[in-house]
Amino acid sequence: MIKVTIDGIVTEVPEGTTILQAARQIGGEIVPPAMCYYSTLKNSGGKCRACLVKVAAGSAKDPRPMPKLVPSCITMAQDGMVVENITNPSVLETRKGVVEFLLLNHPLDCPICDQAGECDLQNFAYEHGMSKTRYEEERRTFEPIDIGDKIKLHMNRCILCYRCTYVADQLTDNRVHGVLNRGDHAEISTYIEKAIDNDYSGNMIDVCPVGALTDKTFRFKSRVWFTKPLDAHRDCPKCSGKVVLWTKGEDVLRVTARKDQYGEVKEFICNECRYDHKDMKHWVVEGPRHIDRGSVIAQNHYEKIDLLKLKQDVERQLKFQAGKQLDANNTLSA
Amino acid sequence: MGRKLLLKDIDVPGIRSFEVYRKQGGYASVEKALKTMTPDAVMEEVKKSGLRGRGGAGFPTGMKWSFLDRKSDKPRYLICNADESEPGTFKDRYLMEYIPHALIEGMIVSSYALGAKASYIYMRGEFRWIFPILEKAIEEARAAGFIGKNILGTDYSLEVYVHSGAGAYICGEETAQIESLEGKRGNPRNKPPFPAVVGLYNCPTVVNNVESIAAVPPIINIGGDEYAKIGVGKSTGTKLISASGHINKPGVYEIELGLPVEEFLYSDEYCGGIWKGRKLKAVIPGGSSVPILPGDLFLKNAKGEPRVMSYESLADGGFASGSMLGSGGFIVMDETACIVRNLWTFARFYHHESCGQCSPCREGTGWMEKVLHRIETGHGKMSDIDLLVDVAKKIEGNTICPLGDAAAWPVASAIRHFREEFEYHIKYPEKVKDPKHFEKEPFVSERNAVVAA
Repeated sequence: MIKVTIDGIVTEVPEGTTILQAARQIGGEIVPPAMCYYSTLKNSGGKCRACLVKVAAGSAKDPRPMPKLVPSCITMAQDGMVVENITNPSVLETRKGVVEFLLLNHPLDCPICDQAGECDLQNFAYEHGMSKTRYEEERRTFEPIDIGDKIKLHMNRCILCYRCTYVADQLTDNRVHGVLNRGDHAEISTYIEKAIDNDYSGNMIDVCPVGALTDKTFRFKSRVWFTKPLDAHRDCPKCSGKVVLWTKGEDVLRVTARKDQYGEVKEFICNECRYDHKDMKHWVVEGPRHIDRGSVIAQNHYEKIDLLKLKQDVERQLKFQAGKQLDANNTLSA
Repeated sequence: MGRKLLLKDIDVPGIRSFEVYRKQGGYASVEKALKTMTPDAVMEEVKKSGLRGRGGAGFPTGMKWSFLDRKSDKPRYLICNADESEPGTFKDRYLMEYIPHALIEGMIVSSYALGAKASYIYMRGEFRWIFPILEKAIEEARAAGFIGKNILGTDYSLEVYVHSGAGAYICGEETAQIESLEGKRGNPRNKPPFPAVVGLYNCPTVVNNVESIAAVPPIINIGGDEYAKIGVGKSTGTKLISASGHINKPGVYEIELGLPVEEFLYSDEYCGGIWKGRKLKAVIPGGSSVPILPGDLFLKNAKGEPRVMSYESLADGGFASGSMLGSGGFIVMDETACIVRNLWTFARFYHHESCGQCSPCREGTGWMEKVLHRIETGHGKMSDIDLLVDVAKKIEGNTICPLGDAAAWPVASAIRHFREEFEYHIKYPEKVKDPKHFEKEPFVSERNAVVAA
């Protein structure tokens, strides 16, 4: 076990753990955002630069700081490492820059995008971005295409995280899509209009952090926050069969894999579960899906509220606000 | 007249062929190294020589070799980086085209030192016509017993392959080059692990520039200590400089490091001064990626000491008032050149060549190009200048590979030293409508350079 300090909080993790995973072990606000890293996909990460952190001391043996900001998702934690994330202004400044870069060519079509409400980029921009862009030029545009018979690709929205190519590499036996061209004209494509057709292709939709890959069977059916998510399962010979049903009344509008609090799927599901069983009768419903109260999907949520926990939350908030008030007063008088 | 090591036989007719090259004393270093020296001894000579990587970063070659993971039982590889695509640099092309055997000889000696059984020359795709020249050179060397099984009767065997890229600047970055050589998309890898440990096909690999490898035979021939006597300080040996731009004699020159820049720029032996008797405006001393320097700051550093052609002297003053020797792409601009237009050209290049893997470089290079285009064509705003500085700052150091830095440094330095010229473009949009605006009426500045504190 090695000791890592992240934003002043010490934690112990096994050797070979990345800084990001160590931060996730601590949890809370100090967890760096990740737009391309996906813990269940090997080799992912290092591309979006959203998770850059400052290493103030490399290790106990060599306590020199690292000269550049490092991507926390692929940098291994060392014993005695001191990491600064939200306590370092240059990290936050850089992150602001990354948001701006990611949004340069991203159409701000959230009002008509199916991903809105469960979009990693939306959350990232909301938390770290600026309210205005300084970009005046025209955005690069592509036509939406059907990349598979049930998957729509809006290349305009893609942030080139490469997650979907890793899904194809690691879950299926044959990858038929990839990244073409260079620079800001790089695009996800199957090159000769070939359709992606295999039993696990639907997972591309789940791993996509933005609305670039969307489920054609759910497109424009409903805003995600008007649906009721239910945990459910069925006996599936191909996959775990553990899913989330996004329902409206008795209708199953969409089936997805279960995502954890960082939006990552731990158990991928097959296309049969995803597309062919949109009937409540086919599923054993376990109960309402837990949705974080911070999420917009929680707006319409009906999960049983833990009154004790809620009371604690409210009290903590009030205390926090009172503390802020006090701070402001002190600063004013000083 | 400086000492010449790489180009000493360039004028001998037929030097491209094996017989002539051999007659001039070629391949002596292979005989010396393989028959009388151990691989470690060869590496020791290179370390002693103080040879620094000629590809741009100037990292000591001997040290790079010593990082190679020797404990692993995997095969080791040497890759020669012949993907020379930096705007302003054309020395490797010249070397490979006219003295291909110098590179092949270097490949054999270097591979021997590293214990590589197979070595690759990764050639830029656009160098299509050099491909057969190198192939022929390899065949000739093989026929003479310098490549293949049991070279010169020793138990060392080596195969050298020439591999053609497909025309991507990014494949000059070592890890992207390795990816490309493996047959994948040329995306740089995240480091660490470094290629010396996990490189080509996950085996220990060294990637060296053409000129670095070609400099190894002279080092073995004359000895590392003797080589280290040439040059100044930690910049040892000779360097090929590709001089271009507004000078009387553009071309590839071999100089001893430590040559005064003034002599290099104005003497008839080298560049021969600024053309048409015009005045010097700015110099980019090491290829498009390095910071641009105004003429006076190029000839003398911020302290007023004259600069010499060496890694240290040109970098003197850091990024505030210095630049880098880089890959030796020496670009000179006279008083009629427009810095903004030139910068826009560079920005266009980096925009076009960004691989699109990490977001700051993918989006930032395009953004900078568009803003520069706007300023150059007379549609800029004053806030655009600070915007450029800010964007460059947010790209620099935050990308996977140095292409982001290479795109950001020219922008940051041009604005630092020539801010007035940017302001002129914004104040007088009608005057810059004509692409040749400064040719008609050279830009006159009240202050030539601003030295940032």
